[in-house]
Amino acid sequence: MIWMAVLGASALAFAFKFIGQSIPQSLLANPRISRIADLIPTALLAGLVAVQTFATKTELVIDQRLAGVAVAAIALYLRANFLIMLLAATLTSALLHQL
Amino acid sequence: MSRAVIRDSLSISIAVGSYGAAFGVASVAAGLSIAQTCALSLLLFSGASQFAVAGVLGAGGSALSAIAASALLALRNGFYGARMAPLLQVRGLKRLLASQITIDESTAIALAHESKGAADARKGFWLTGVGIYFFWNLATLLGALGANALGDPAQWGLDATIPAAFLGLLWPRLTSQLARVVAISAVALALILTPLLTPGLPIIACVLIPLIAGWRMRS
Repeated sequence: MIWMAVLGASALAFAFKFIGQSIPQSLLANPRISRIADLIPTALLAGLVAVQTFATKTELVIDQRLAGVAVAAIALYLRANFLIMLLAATLTSALLHQL
Repeated sequence: MSRAVIRDSLSISIAVGSYGAAFGVASVAAGLSIAQTCALSLLLFSGASQFAVAGVLGAGGSALSAIAASALLALRNGFYGARMAPLLQVRGLKRLLASQITIDESTAIALAHESKGAADARKGFWLTGVGIYFFWNLATLLGALGANALGDPAQWGLDATIPAAFLGLLWPRLTSQLARVVAISAVALALILTPLLTPGLPIIACVLIPLIAGWRMRS
């Protein structure tokens, strides 16, 4: 099942990249379509942050992950490097897990 | 070709490529094998989509949910491709290669150097795309091997790595009021739907928000 997801997602991503390279630019130049396309990653990434922070299967829980993500937000606000930010979030969660 | 293009392309290749280590760690922590993790970096090669596959599967979502979430995030690469095609002017095998490396960073570098001429923009695209591809895949393998040696993900705090990575990818997109409203609405919708739907679906439902917001707003 994991392989199906890996290969299916890869095939679709490549299809989008290739179709984009192969169609006239004017087809995607509609301002409404480009605005929606620009906002889709924002909405999905925000949804992913929420679910990955609070969800355990179909339950909402508050645990060490929230502390990790809060530290990540502070690091991003302070313009920390991406890897430093991830390290800070990971260490925070690890420390709370040990308590 | 100006030196600025080479310098910019190489520095972003190493910086962004190294994030592949974070993906390798997060993907193995989410339950994917080393081979599956490396396959995502080799074949899918689009950071946010790769994290989405690992995240949705790790949270118990189905393969179909993982594919849908990943595909929605990968759509933007099609728009980058349409923007790049007139600049690159490639056919056949070269177009296949160009497609695979059409990502956020290669497009951004090409557009940043476009004012200095199409040749510089093209060089920036290829150098950045190929450079990131190399370092991203190398770092993915190292990260996956490292995480595999660690054992229990939660003990090492790796359960916070994926949401933090998504936050890091989201952050630079929150530059407009509209983007922030869309993000907050998506957080609310995903949390409301989590107890009601199978894992993975609440994330896919978030696509409704930009559809409504983008459609109704006047340009």
